[in-house]
Amino acid sequence: MTEPGLKDIWVYLSASPLLGLTMTLVAYGLAYRLYLRTRSNPLANPVVTSVALLIAALLVTGTTYDEYFEGGQFVHFLLGPATVALAVPLYQQFSRLRQLWLPITLSLVCGVVIAAASSIGLAWLLGGSPEIQMSLAPKSATAPVAMGIAEKIGGLPSLTAVLVVITGITGAVLGTKLFEWIGVKDDTARGIAMGVAAHGIGTARAFQVSPRMGAFSGLAMALSAFATALVVPWLVDMMQGLAGG
Amino acid sequence: MNFLNGITLLLVYQLVGEVAVRLAGLPIPGPVLGMVMLFLTLLIRGRAPAAVDQASSALLSHLSLLFVPAGVGMMVHFGRIAEEWLPITLALLLSTIITMVATALIMQVTSRWFAGPLENGGPGDD
Repeated sequence: MTEPGLKDIWVYLSASPLLGLTMTLVAYGLAYRLYLRTRSNPLANPVVTSVALLIAALLVTGTTYDEYFEGGQFVHFLLGPATVALAVPLYQQFSRLRQLWLPITLSLVCGVVIAAASSIGLAWLLGGSPEIQMSLAPKSATAPVAMGIAEKIGGLPSLTAVLVVITGITGAVLGTKLFEWIGVKDDTARGIAMGVAAHGIGTARAFQVSPRMGAFSGLAMALSAFATALVVPWLVDMMQGLAGG
Repeated sequence: MNFLNGITLLLVYQLVGEVAVRLAGLPIPGPVLGMVMLFLTLLIRGRAPAAVDQASSALLSHLSLLFVPAGVGMMVHFGRIAEEWLPITLALLLSTIITMVATALIMQVTSRWFAGPLENGGPGDD
């Protein structure tokens, strides 16, 4: 038997979940440090930096996404309990929620319709194929809901999952600046807008701003998941009817 | 032990949510229903137990981390995105901006109508 060479060690590591998991945590640790260094500049969003670092590392080492996800799935899994956990900050904001349920409901319904209609309309104007339009339509909803809807209306679920992540990142990076420009200062309104447009990734960003913005963003994300599932298939039928007639 | 109890409770709610969604054929993900059920439970009980509070803060304090593995999935779709990059990137960017601006403004205007002007640091702030 020969000594195990570097190559054998690599073969072992790339077949075990340890590497993917450790890489994810290390990349996030570096990305988070950079984020703090830039004094929480939204452009240095830790999701963006860690995803970029990891994709670069995977491409350089010739690792496939499936191999990486063997380890990544352990982190990914925690999204489920984290979604359930959003009930706690929301409960702590209950008095405000009760006071504002009507404006919240109105904004949510409008926001969900605007999100879907504008993405279909813009993609159509810019010459995107119907498949792309339908994959973009549910992009503001949380990934599992968006994928289910995309399948129903003729999009590509796995492409939708990616578009959902990019949408979330876009919202998280631009959100606070946009709210400053249009003069929306209240964290409840900011949170609702963030959750409707940019689901969980926006919510993660909102929690970095304030607990209240995070709580309302989480609420908006959950409610717009319901609303998107109900409204988007119907909206698509209507828009196709208009385009065809 | 406290933390473990909290995590267990979150997982139980998620599990019940997943099962209920499948049994009832609802078009929403199980964890979202689990969140609604936990919210209702907290309302009925009138307080959030320390264990749940602890586990929830621990998970939510680094919520961004949890999206990283899904984000890396982008690499699988580089080809498809490159083919139609213009409609994809522009529609995605503009639509996200429009949605965010419109929702924030609608929320700001309607909450003035229905609840009087809101200031940051008003009642109910932490």
